[in-house]
Amino acid sequence: MAEAPHAGPVVEFKNVSKTFGTYKACIDISLRIERGEFFSLLGPSGCGKTTTLRLIAGFEEPDVNGGEIRIDGEFVNKKRPYERQLGMVFQNYALFPHLSVERNIAFGLEMRATPKTEVPGRVERAMKMVRLDPGLFARRKPAQLSGGQRQRVALARALVLEPRILLLDEPLGALDLKLRKEMQLELKHLNKELGMTFVFVTHDQEEALTMSDRIAVMSNSRIAQLGTPAEIYECPRTPFVARFIGESNFFEGRCRGRTAAGWQVDGEGSTFEIPHHPSLTDGAAVRIAVRPEWLDVFRPDAVPAGENALPGTVREVIYLGETLHVLVRVGEREVAVAVRNEGQLTRPLTFKAGDPVAVAWMRDDCQVLEADA
Amino acid sequence: MKNQRLPYWLTLGVAIVFLFMHAPLMVLVLFSFNDSKFSMEWKGFTTKWYERLAERQDILDGLYSSLTVGLASTVIATVLGTLMALALARHEFRGRRAMEALLYVPIVTPEIVVGISLLILFMAAHFPLGLGSITVAHVAFNISFVAVVVHARLQGMDRNLEEAAMILGADEITAFFRVTVPQLWPGILSGAMLAFTMSFDDYVITSFVAGTDAATLPMVVYTMVKKNIEPSVNAISTVVLIATTILIFVADRAGREKPLTAEKAPVE
Repeated sequence: MAEAPHAGPVVEFKNVSKTFGTYKACIDISLRIERGEFFSLLGPSGCGKTTTLRLIAGFEEPDVNGGEIRIDGEFVNKKRPYERQLGMVFQNYALFPHLSVERNIAFGLEMRATPKTEVPGRVERAMKMVRLDPGLFARRKPAQLSGGQRQRVALARALVLEPRILLLDEPLGALDLKLRKEMQLELKHLNKELGMTFVFVTHDQEEALTMSDRIAVMSNSRIAQLGTPAEIYECPRTPFVARFIGESNFFEGRCRGRTAAGWQVDGEGSTFEIPHHPSLTDGAAVRIAVRPEWLDVFRPDAVPAGENALPGTVREVIYLGETLHVLVRVGEREVAVAVRNEGQLTRPLTFKAGDPVAVAWMRDDCQVLEADA
Repeated sequence: MKNQRLPYWLTLGVAIVFLFMHAPLMVLVLFSFNDSKFSMEWKGFTTKWYERLAERQDILDGLYSSLTVGLASTVIATVLGTLMALALARHEFRGRRAMEALLYVPIVTPEIVVGISLLILFMAAHFPLGLGSITVAHVAFNISFVAVVVHARLQGMDRNLEEAAMILGADEITAFFRVTVPQLWPGILSGAMLAFTMSFDDYVITSFVAGTDAATLPMVVYTMVKKNIEPSVNAISTVVLIATTILIFVADRAGREKPLTAEKAPVE
C-alpha cells in the first residue's frame, strides 16, 4: 500500500463490451468510479450489472477490441483476479466451509505472505471491525453461523487485506429486512470510515438510493443513466429509469409552439406546458414522467392558476399511513397521485370513487424523457 | 439433536437390518478362532489358524498381489477419475454430455462381459497376462466409480469458492489445492476407498485376465474353498476385515483441520 495513489478515477471503463457466445452481457460500458466513492450498479436481473462487477474483479475478460478497463490508471484487461488486490463479498458469501472463521479471514493474509506473527492480530482487528466477537466466533465453522454472521465473516475476510476496492455482489439479498437495514447502515459507515472505494451490485432501488454516492442504472446490458441518487430520481433520462427507480406517471403529446419558459404540448386530450429540453423541436412527439408526489388533486374548478391540469375521475383512494394514494382515471391512463397525510387537514378523504377531479402539477415538476436504448 | 426413543417397530427394523449386515461377519470372526478343522461346530478357542497363515505361502502371496494391484489401480484410477470429473463438472466442451453418459457404461456392464473384452484386448495387443494386466483391468473399471463419486461432490460444490480464493490472492493452482481439493477430499477419499474395495474383492474380471501364474487373494481363497475348507480362510478374512475398519477410521481422522492459534482455549 506504499505506492502513491493514482490521481484519476479508481476504476475506469472505456467502451467495454463482453459477449458470452452470442449473448452480449455488457455493451459499450463507460464509467469512472472515484476514490472513496460508494458506487452502485443497479438494475433488474440479467441487465449486466454482475458481469460488470466480474469484469472489475477479473473473473471475466472484455471481448477482443472490447474496450479498456483501468484500475488506478493501470490497464488491467488481461490481469488475473489475484493480481488486482481487490476485495469481494459474494452473494452467497462463499466462505470456505472446511475452514474456521479465523482461518477464512486469514486466508488472504497467508496468500500474500504476511508475517506469521502479524496474522492473529490482524484477523482479530478485522473481526472487531465487523462487530464479531473473536472469542466467540473465531473457531466456528461457517455452517455454525447464522446468515448475518456469515455476511460479517465474508466482509472481514475481504477487509482484512485493506483492498483498494471492495466489490459487493448483492451481499444483503439473503438477509431479512431488519438485518438488511442494519447492514446497509454499517456498510455505508465502513465506506466513509475506511475511505475505501465500494462497488455495490443490487437490484433493490431503495437500497441503492439510500446507500450510494452515485448509481449506474443498467438495462439490457447498457448503462441507462449514471448519476447521484437525487439526479436519478429527480431527472430520470428514459422511461425505463423512471419506472425502475420509484414510481412514475407518463404523459404523451406533441410540441405546439414555444412559451416563455418551455413548450406548449397537445396531449392526453388537453394541453399542458413542459420545461425546455434540448431534444425538443416544434411538432416533435414528447413523453414526460411525473412522480406521484409531484402531482396534486383538486376539484375541477379549484385548480390553482398557472398549473398544468388534466381532468379525470377518482377510481380509488389507498390509505398508506404516511401518504395517501389517489388513483385517478385520466382518459385511458390510470394516474397515481401521492398526497401527504396531514392529519385533520387531509383532503383526499373527502374524495371518493367516481368524483370528477383534476390532477395538476407545476410546469417544472416533470421530466422530459428520451427513448429507451 | 434430541435423544428420542425409537418406536418399537422401527427398533425391530433396525435390529433385523443390523443382523443381516453383520451376523455373517460375526460368524466368520467367531469361527476363525474355532479349534476344529470342520468349521461347522464349535470345539473351543484357538489362534492356530492365524499361526497357520504364516505358513501358507499361497495365501500370503495372494494377499501381497491383491494389495499391490489394489493400491496401484486405486492411485491411478483416483487421479484419472478425479481429472475426468473436473473436466465434466467445470468445463463446457463438445461431447461433454455424451462423455457423462458413457461414464456409467462400465458400471452397468456385467463383469463377465468386461472380463472377456479385456482378455481379448490384451491378447490382441500381445500384452503379457499377470499382475500388470490385472492392474490395468482394475483401473479400467474403477475410473468410472471414482469419476461418478467425485463428480457428484463437485456438483454440490459452490463455484464461487474458487473465485473467492482467487480474489484473495490465490492463483489457479493454489486455489485448487487449498480450496477445491479440501472440499473434494471426502469425495476423492470415498471414490478411492470404493475403488480399492472393488479391486480387492474382484474375482470374475481378475480371473479372466490373470493368466496362469498370478493369483490375487480372492482367487487363492476360491481355490482353497473348492479343494478343502480350512479355517485359515476365516482367519485371513478377519485380518482383512479389521485392517479395512482401521483404514476407514484413520482416513476420517486425517481430514480434520488444525486451528490457527494453538494457545487459546477452544470455544463452543
